[in-house]
Amino acid sequence: MPAPRTGRRAARARRPGAAWLGWLFALPAVLMYATFVLRPLLLTVQYSLYDWNGIGASTWVGLDNYRRLLTDPELSATILHAFELILFFSLIPVLLGLFVAATIRGIAESRLATVARTVLFLPQIIPLVAAGIMWSWLLSSTGLANELLSAVGLDSLTRAWLGDFGTALPAVGIIGAWVLVGLCTLLLLAGMSKIDPALYEAARLDGAGPVREFRSITLPSLRQEIGVCVTVTVIAALASFDIVYIATQGGPGNATMVPGLEIYYLAFSEREVGMASALAVALVVLVLVCVLPIQRLTRESR
Amino acid sequence: MAHGPTRRPRIVALTLAALVATAACSAPGGDAGNDGADASAAPVTDATCGTAPVTLKGYFETGFPLPKNLSDEFTKQFPNVTWDIREDQFAVITQNAPRVLSDDPPDLMRLPQVSELVKDGLLKNLDGYASAFGWDKWPASQLEQMRVSGTGERGDGPLYAMGLNFSMTGIFYNKKLAAQVGMTQPPATLAELDTVLQKAKDAGLVPINQFNGGATGGLAFPLQNLMAAYGDPAAINQWIYQKSGATIDTPANLRAAEHLQKWLKAGYFAPDINSQDYAAMMSRFIGGKNLFIFDGDWESGNLDKQMAGNVGFFLMPPAQAGGKRAAMSAPLTYGISTKAKNADCAAFFLNWVATNQQARDIAVKVGGSHPMGPADAYMPAVAGNTVTASTLAAGATIGTDNGAMDFIANATGAIYAKGWTPQLQKMAAGQQTPDGLLKSVQKDYQSQVKD
Repeated sequence: MPAPRTGRRAARARRPGAAWLGWLFALPAVLMYATFVLRPLLLTVQYSLYDWNGIGASTWVGLDNYRRLLTDPELSATILHAFELILFFSLIPVLLGLFVAATIRGIAESRLATVARTVLFLPQIIPLVAAGIMWSWLLSSTGLANELLSAVGLDSLTRAWLGDFGTALPAVGIIGAWVLVGLCTLLLLAGMSKIDPALYEAARLDGAGPVREFRSITLPSLRQEIGVCVTVTVIAALASFDIVYIATQGGPGNATMVPGLEIYYLAFSEREVGMASALAVALVVLVLVCVLPIQRLTRESR
Repeated sequence: MAHGPTRRPRIVALTLAALVATAACSAPGGDAGNDGADASAAPVTDATCGTAPVTLKGYFETGFPLPKNLSDEFTKQFPNVTWDIREDQFAVITQNAPRVLSDDPPDLMRLPQVSELVKDGLLKNLDGYASAFGWDKWPASQLEQMRVSGTGERGDGPLYAMGLNFSMTGIFYNKKLAAQVGMTQPPATLAELDTVLQKAKDAGLVPINQFNGGATGGLAFPLQNLMAAYGDPAAINQWIYQKSGATIDTPANLRAAEHLQKWLKAGYFAPDINSQDYAAMMSRFIGGKNLFIFDGDWESGNLDKQMAGNVGFFLMPPAQAGGKRAAMSAPLTYGISTKAKNADCAAFFLNWVATNQQARDIAVKVGGSHPMGPADAYMPAVAGNTVTASTLAAGATIGTDNGAMDFIANATGAIYAKGWTPQLQKMAAGQQTPDGLLKSVQKDYQSQVKD
């Protein structure tokens, strides 16, 4: 059957029946999707081929913007920073989430489990902007982090964590980890609750300890949940913007400049809409390249 | 669902093709004002607000009560004029300026750096009003920064913006702490300032708090002051105005950057300078935590209130005794969109701000800075022992020494966020040399001016 087109043509499709009626129902959603997702996406691709300040006349430059992306060390550094953030946004939350979820499951009966779950999930309901502001206070030179260090005699370690070239990016990463660990814990807990308890019982009868239980039953059963966690957090790391914007604005001296923030600066401060679009397209491709293999890897088991 | 997946790619492909066709058929852009059409301003004979009801559309900066106070007073005097005011932070105004001026044109708008807006034909040429109201007879230095030539250089050419007042920058000090380190009067030379800084350091004080965190490299304040102490402020203005061939990488500026590095290495700034924002700097200074800040007279009113009697101001001392003084001094720029509906009334308001007695009172009392206007215009009386009086007096010194400079952060729209700030933060962390700083900023500048 010929593919019905969107819009009014669908109504004129020759074949009567459910097909066009279905499209009619989908029409509002399709229109919204096309207007607010597909069109901007395609326009971004188009803009990336121009040299344009957002207002005046534009000049066709072909792939020049992409060429600059590969040769400008300042731009490629932002992508490296994004990969460094994956360590904090993905690895730490997933590992910590697994550990915490397993622990909470172990004490599932007690009140403590509910409290722990709630406390860990709290960062998720706090807007990222608020989290960023809160953490920038905690990590400031007179903040709680430094006061704690001083209290235990580690004065030599105190510093303005977000203003120090060596620690700014990890400090931003820690904020992200704090936000995402609750999400991962909750997802993994949900996954654990659907594992058949009989499996654990059987394993215990066979003499398996908690570590063996975790490795042989919990981990394999959580394959899909872990896949979701890693996917969501990797995207959060690569496309990070809010936390960095609030905590450091890319500083000090570009030490925490990430692609999302660079796109924003290019478009609205340097008014290089073409270059900003090119970086945005590259970021989309980068996210897909990173996320698709993860999806494949975690789905194959079936 | 069974036959779904085979069909889906075709539908997607068709939709995409249709969208590409509609999106890609024309190049983006071209919705600027009217490029060049307004190049010469029509002569204005009678610009007033009339007597019929007018609503002026304003786009002001959040956190600064001056424009709101002025607009209220204006309505009191001209009841037919009402206001429709939108406010944003300056950073937001900077980012929105081109789009707002073109899509939602205000009659009166707080402006960021103007040269790019002029290039896009978004700002009204005010020369007609200037001759009608006699602005061209004011001291020329007041309007110089808002003139843009046909080639995009600032400093001369048609007038594209107007100030509500003009600011003065320098060094504020805590009088109590100054007495503690034996500073009885403001230093007369750079060497004397160095001595005071060292004494403050030796006394266990933080000599200077300066914001330099995030996207705001406040070390540009002392740096430019040092540049003017070592070199010629006019040469710095040439660079800021984008005059062809101008460079920031000069021997005098190198000595200034080296001097700043010396201060950094000597520990004259707070160690957490790279995470200190403007608000943190102000709250520490007001809280008596340090001796100096480099800042502008927009804080004069605030400081007179919060540190009454305990705050002083002096201009950056010259390198040689008796040398001329210089300071960053810029009008608080407001402009009129090319597409503004009530341009005449907006221009009348701008003239009123500079010439009306109540308006000049407000400009000083609320804004803390010197009003625009003729040199012999009415000046409100200010109590002698206030810092507001000191900053106003400093304005006169700068006038006689011809030492007014625009701010090096205003050379292009992006030079502050992408040039000065990261490089100064690197220098503060010991990761950039004075020479590397100037070369790197010059490189960014050249690529931005070219666009």
